[in-house]
Amino acid sequence: MTYREAVREAMREAMRADPRVFLMGEDVGKYGGAFSVSHGMLAEFGPKRIRDTPLSESTFVGAGIGAALGGMRPIVEIMTINFSLLALDQIVNNAATLRHMSGGQFGVPLVLRMATGGGRQLAAQHSHSLEGWYAHIPGIKAAAPATVADARGLLLAALKEPDPVVLFEHATLYPLEGESEDGTPMQFGRAALRRAGRDVSLITYGGALGKTLRAAALLAEQGIEAEVIDLRSLRPLDTETIFTSVAHTHRAVIVEEAWKTGGFAAEVSACIMEGAFDALDAPVVRVCGAEVPMPYAPQLEQAALPQPEAIVKAVQGLF
Amino acid sequence: MPRLGADMTAGKVVQWLKRPGERIKRGEVIAVVETDKANVDVESFIEGVLEKILVAPGDERLPVGTPLALIRTEGTAAPSAPAAAVAPVAAAPIPAVAIAPAAVMAAAVPPAVPAAALPGAAGERARVSPAARKRALELQLDPAALTGSGPQGRVTLADVERAAQAAPAARAQPSPAEAAAARQLRMREAIATSMARSKREIPHYYLACTIDLGRALAWLAERNAGRAVTERLIYAVLLIKATALALREVPELNGFWIDNRAQHSEAIHAGVAISLRGGGLVAPALHHADQRPLDELMAGFQDLVKRARAWSLKGSEMTDPTVTITSLGERGVESVFGIITPPQLALVGFGTPLERPWVVNGQVVPRPLLTVTLSGDHRATDGHRGALFLAALDSLLQQPEAL
Amino acid sequence: MNEQEIRDRVIKTLGGIVPELDPGSLKQAKSLRDQLDIDSMDFLNFLIALHQEFGVDVPEADAGKLATIDACVSYLAQALQQRAQA
Repeated sequence: MTYREAVREAMREAMRADPRVFLMGEDVGKYGGAFSVSHGMLAEFGPKRIRDTPLSESTFVGAGIGAALGGMRPIVEIMTINFSLLALDQIVNNAATLRHMSGGQFGVPLVLRMATGGGRQLAAQHSHSLEGWYAHIPGIKAAAPATVADARGLLLAALKEPDPVVLFEHATLYPLEGESEDGTPMQFGRAALRRAGRDVSLITYGGALGKTLRAAALLAEQGIEAEVIDLRSLRPLDTETIFTSVAHTHRAVIVEEAWKTGGFAAEVSACIMEGAFDALDAPVVRVCGAEVPMPYAPQLEQAALPQPEAIVKAVQGLF
Repeated sequence: MPRLGADMTAGKVVQWLKRPGERIKRGEVIAVVETDKANVDVESFIEGVLEKILVAPGDERLPVGTPLALIRTEGTAAPSAPAAAVAPVAAAPIPAVAIAPAAVMAAAVPPAVPAAALPGAAGERARVSPAARKRALELQLDPAALTGSGPQGRVTLADVERAAQAAPAARAQPSPAEAAAARQLRMREAIATSMARSKREIPHYYLACTIDLGRALAWLAERNAGRAVTERLIYAVLLIKATALALREVPELNGFWIDNRAQHSEAIHAGVAISLRGGGLVAPALHHADQRPLDELMAGFQDLVKRARAWSLKGSEMTDPTVTITSLGERGVESVFGIITPPQLALVGFGTPLERPWVVNGQVVPRPLLTVTLSGDHRATDGHRGALFLAALDSLLQQPEAL
Repeated sequence: MNEQEIRDRVIKTLGGIVPELDPGSLKQAKSLRDQLDIDSMDFLNFLIALHQEFGVDVPEADAGKLATIDACVSYLAQALQQRAQA
């Protein structure tokens, strides 16, 4: 099963089980989704539950919030994270705040799915990584499934949450093959240990996980055993897993595709300083995307993204 | 960092005698601190569990008031409760760079300080990773003295572990001779500070009188004659006891000048000046010198001398003296006009007892005569008080058996 | 115990009181008080240490007879001999 199929299977499973669940977004119906995640779902569930929307993110996210307030369990797909900025007012000012501002009377059980990240030559209009912006906002949960199993598990978990959840699906992951486990939905806020090691903790999430694991393999050839932590959830952040890892590796490198300045890697780094300072044997280092709008030319785009070689080099600098 | 002497501004932690997790009783010695004058045992003033050691033993001189360790007291939860810092001993601590909340609240933003002007900006501090620093603290190693193998010469955890394995004994410490020389230098500085302050601030008056020590010395010789060498007294102990008893009669000379007024002390703790081999001196307290029998004072004095010369006095012994007694009577000096140890109120000086002609009942007779001097703080007392004290001292020394 | 042994042990004992003592430059016939800067407390401690080392208790009246190393050696030799004969 691919990552794309895992997301689709999770949505189908939820829609079969719960009539309140429906999917809404640009081209999700007849076209089957910009990344063909919802391919075939219109035929199965019909146009009332698989709804194509106009090209107006603010409108259909707002409609999703209204539906959630009205007792539905909407899944809203936004084509890419860049376009989600058009709906920021609805997400940040309404979805994230209503429970608080209504004194707990209204919740917004909305699941927002959006593609994120670069690597497919879609340039600066479609390729940025703004996950950290959402992780900044209290009132919403933010998660970035990096594996096929998580793509299914986190989506099902998101649908059980009483408050808005934003899921970031790195666009290069859709064709990824992997195992999808059945069973109970995952818990939000738990990081996953993807590789155990004793020398350095590589902390990452989403689309950067694969590159980080490749870097860990390269490091192993040099005798450096890297531990790889997949954060999975950015808000809430599983600091306990991070601290536990750093406590025995004494070194931490944070890898993310987003720009370094003010990025989520900075947040993780600050948490380590606050919670695990005495465990550190070297400065915390970040490996992030180059601080430019994502280039179109493939060689420039690859140069702007964090690559395994850069991660290896950063780790070597700690010894 | 407790203040272990009136003029102490900083000290170094030489050794921790307790480890994190150990129970600590009130009064128990938990660490050794090197001041400019001595290695001093630091006693805990509270009971509890040593939660965390904050300062590794080493060369760093820490200002008085620097927290050295956290002690968790009974009934407070382990992680979150504010643990009591090891209480500074006598005086209030000099606050570390303290920013008053009000100053923070104020709208005025101070002008930016160029980064280079900030202390430590030039990298004076040794590069030691936090983990290495913590491990070194546990192992009582000085991480700054190790050669770092990490990037930019940083001392890493592995360096500390290697050093601990390679040479558990070879702690990063200077040779005994170097350490002694450094101690001498700092002691000199401390004496300079204290004495200069005394002469700058204290308006001394000086009184001298001659005392016939014949009866006292004869009594002492008789007392010592039949005794084993370990049970003998030296005459200095008679002088200490007599001084302490005379201060009972003139208590205005016993205590401190603090906050522009004399603060008299009920207890009489005689600070006995002990010269150290190689130079320098300390004047630790013989506690309650007026109340203890001569044998006990002698034993206490011997113990103080021994420990003063081994640089192992206790903090309380350094801070407690309420008066200073100095005796230069070993080398034929006739009289000593001493400088008061701030913030004390007086110093009593003894010269050498010398056989001299003296008139007794109209007859010139040879007697062992001793010149006693009093240096008094004129802010606290006047010469008349001083004269009463010297008269009382004379009278006491004429009845040695009553001491 | 011959005289040299006594001398060695006296100097060793003195070293416990005067840590910086250099036995090589110690003048055997010169007053200890003058050449070593020892005071009455040090001297009493020296007598106590001699007592522990040799088992000889020097009476107060005899203290003045131990002013030099030579004097100490001859005093102790005599005291030890008397004890052996007794």
